[in-house]
Amino acid sequence: MTRETRSPRNSLIVLSLGPTIWAVHFLASYVTAAIWCEKAGLGATLSPVQLLVGIFTLAALVAIGALGLSAWRHWGYLENEGPPHDADTEEERGRFLGLATLLLSGLSFVAVIYVALPVVFIADCR
Amino acid sequence: MNEAPAGHDPDMERRRGQEKRLRAAWATPRGWRYWSAVNNTEVGVWYTATSFAFMLFAGVLGLLIRVQLAVPDNDFMTGPFYNQVFTLHGTVMMFLFAVPIFEAVAITIMPQMLAARDLPFPRLSAFGYWCFLIGGVFVCGSIFFGAAPDGGWFMYPPLSTDPEQAGIGADIWLLGLSFIEVASIAAAVELIVGTLKCRPPGMRINMIPLYAWYILVVGVMIVFAFPPLIAGDILFEMERMFDWPFFDPRRGGDPLLWQHLFWIFGHPEVYIIFLPAIAVVAMIVPTFAQRPIFGYSWIVLAAVGTGFLSFGLWVHHMFATGLPAVSLGFFSAASQAVAIPTGVQIFVFIATLLLGRVVSSTPMLFVWGTLAVFVLGGLTGVMVALAPFDWQVHDSHFIVAHLHYTLIGGGLFPIVAGIYYFFPLVSGKKLSDRLGKWVFWLMFLGFNIAFLPMHVSGLRGMPRRVFSYPEGLGLENLNLVSTIGAFIFAAGFVLLVLDVVRPRRGQPYADTNPWNAGTLEWLIEMPGESWGVRSVPQISSRYPLWEQEGLARQVAEGRCYLPDAEEGRRETLITTTIDALPVQCLRVPGPTFITLWAAAFTGGVFVFATFHWWFATLVSGILGAGAILRWLWTGTAEIPEKPAKDIGLGVTLPLYMSGPRSVGWWAMFITMMGDMAAFASLIFGYFFYWTIHPDFPPPDQPDPSAGWLGLGLVLLLGAWWLTVRARGRNAAGSPGALRGALALGAVLATAGSAALIAAAWLPGLDPTSHVYPAIVWILLIWTAVHGILGVVMQLYCIAGSVAGRLTPRYDIDIWNVTLFWHFMALTAFLTVAVLALFPMAV
Repeated sequence: MTRETRSPRNSLIVLSLGPTIWAVHFLASYVTAAIWCEKAGLGATLSPVQLLVGIFTLAALVAIGALGLSAWRHWGYLENEGPPHDADTEEERGRFLGLATLLLSGLSFVAVIYVALPVVFIADCR
Repeated sequence: MNEAPAGHDPDMERRRGQEKRLRAAWATPRGWRYWSAVNNTEVGVWYTATSFAFMLFAGVLGLLIRVQLAVPDNDFMTGPFYNQVFTLHGTVMMFLFAVPIFEAVAITIMPQMLAARDLPFPRLSAFGYWCFLIGGVFVCGSIFFGAAPDGGWFMYPPLSTDPEQAGIGADIWLLGLSFIEVASIAAAVELIVGTLKCRPPGMRINMIPLYAWYILVVGVMIVFAFPPLIAGDILFEMERMFDWPFFDPRRGGDPLLWQHLFWIFGHPEVYIIFLPAIAVVAMIVPTFAQRPIFGYSWIVLAAVGTGFLSFGLWVHHMFATGLPAVSLGFFSAASQAVAIPTGVQIFVFIATLLLGRVVSSTPMLFVWGTLAVFVLGGLTGVMVALAPFDWQVHDSHFIVAHLHYTLIGGGLFPIVAGIYYFFPLVSGKKLSDRLGKWVFWLMFLGFNIAFLPMHVSGLRGMPRRVFSYPEGLGLENLNLVSTIGAFIFAAGFVLLVLDVVRPRRGQPYADTNPWNAGTLEWLIEMPGESWGVRSVPQISSRYPLWEQEGLARQVAEGRCYLPDAEEGRRETLITTTIDALPVQCLRVPGPTFITLWAAAFTGGVFVFATFHWWFATLVSGILGAGAILRWLWTGTAEIPEKPAKDIGLGVTLPLYMSGPRSVGWWAMFITMMGDMAAFASLIFGYFFYWTIHPDFPPPDQPDPSAGWLGLGLVLLLGAWWLTVRARGRNAAGSPGALRGALALGAVLATAGSAALIAAAWLPGLDPTSHVYPAIVWILLIWTAVHGILGVVMQLYCIAGSVAGRLTPRYDIDIWNVTLFWHFMALTAFLTVAVLALFPMAV
């Protein structure tokens, strides 16, 4: 009665992992660009920043993609009924968490691409 | 309520007896002792009323602004007074209304919504309320002495660090608001733990009311958003009081650091205001659509997603400061991205309304108003998220229009909807629907008449914060219309206030569940009792009142959990975070004046320091610390008279739990996360100065002594190890070893803190000479103060052990102190690593 049956997937930490990856990617990109431009001067090229932000972006997208895939399986849309996942069972609670994690992964994926776009269009530190 | 006479019906006698005992346990104190109440039914109402009082005050200031701007070249106010008026208008609306009203509403309704008797730390809520009241009166009162802050609500240096330009008002702003921020963090701790641990049995994570989801997200946001401002306030006040040059470019400082710290707080704050208000809409919409929300998971996406993304927007307030275009690009992109989750929830509401059969009502009117006004504000938000457009309208009335559309559409309208919706919960009676229509149309039309023209006046070049404008610029009519609209808006609000405060003795009580809602707060009887919920039900649905037949009757007849207060104590249930399995029956403390004293003396520290009355500050600080210690000693970690208790329906739960299973441990953990956020902001400051200087640390400034730093770290880590060891030895049944280890730990911690201070003192670092020694000193003082705090906690545990209130079995205190010391060890390690190693590395 007093013990929850919990797999690592059933936690609020996993739920917020997608946006957390977004936040780390965002900070890494911003700090890299800010330090580079501060130290290299206004006219400096952004090439090293572009490369680094590209690597960060790739890593973040792969991580969020993997998280989303795991959440998709956890949700189990193909094997089960769809939302609202409001029934009083551990399975439905798990599916809800899977769906919510999937949705947040989707948002984080898009938001990471948004944040990466400036280095595609901006070539120097001005 | 209206059963047949009881006679000798044993079941009726059981119920009467239970109700009598519950009523006695939860009784509200009478007479002047009323102010010692700590229950949410009282503190929540005080909080709400006080927030609205500050709101009315700031509203009057807003009207004064509009009077001044009604005609060109007006001399209604002087320029300096106008500066005070608009600064206080913004400050009070943001810090004393918009954020506190969320805490007020949440403290009032969350326990009912979770069918909890109370949140886990009622005295903390009361302490937060008194802090808020004292700090708020102090800040607002300043204008009557012509001493109000006048540097704008975001207090930019160097204008406001210059004592010639900005007088004592800036200190009142910094110290008064820092004090109130403490109250906000206290409320956040209370609400996070409440949402995670105080749900009714069976309310799994996929069933919690959407309001609770939003509150959870907002609580976490506060824990990470407010501390950077507190860190900024510390730097700012050190510059104003002691001339430490954090924002002074002549001595290596940079005003831009303040802008960063302020907006790392300030932009999430906008969402800290918006999310809990829109959360009210998420409760009202299903009720009046008479169907469950369509897209529950999408709301969770919106709440969590917005919460995160809102931390990546802060530089969009700094687009005009000359940062590199690529930095602006990142923040512009994130500002566009946040429109996605923000929009999602609007679509969810519209879809739910389309799928249901909407019952028209006053709360719904305000929901429509919310949707219309907020969408407009959101759209101009997407416009100003584009840096080139922002440069055109920066600091103009276009921004004034935008921010009022978002804050009034996304904050005030939903709150007023909530006032109409939840009013019967508090008073047992409804507000007038007839007046409600008047209130809505006056507010809705008045608002748009006032603020729509500001888009145009802003585009025509009218700047913010300027007290007059000349004729002939095409601004006269627009401003006059705005002023008329502001007064119409105000008339609507006054009507609302009149409806709330008018005597309603003749008015009958509302029916139970007057709106036919589906969530648990409407279990309450009209009028409500201060115990909140009569007995705590087992939940198996998102809308239990719609979907669990007979639930209201079972609850009212005391047939669920915790129907009684056999020992005359206030009790509530603690459940697990994901599946809400009941794990503890928590005893919560009752009325006390000690929280009021603690707030008054802590407040004294901030108030006296403003006027540089150092002796009074010191005395107040000692009394405040004494009050807090007494509060902890007499009111927390109480050892129960028996280990477990039958809570009904054949379930027996422990009365005492320590470590990660106790609510106190969670509260400490959350508080320390906030503490680390403030510390991280100071570390950020150190590296910020490194990025802007070609040589940092500067070659002509001495470095702190690496030897003393190393010694300090070793001593503090020793104190940490001893504390961890003390807990283990105590749990193994050896309280003597606990006392010995903690005593030695206290000695090491004191010596370690002193060694850190010596590390800056002995090489002669002069904090007024340059920003490098100043930031080094701040980091060392921060760590040393935490070390001393750790010593107080160690001594407290020794005293507890000697007094028999900390035993091998009942060991909450040492668990929490150990947790503090984990964070302390991390703080000491990072401080020393940065200060000792970084100068060697560059």
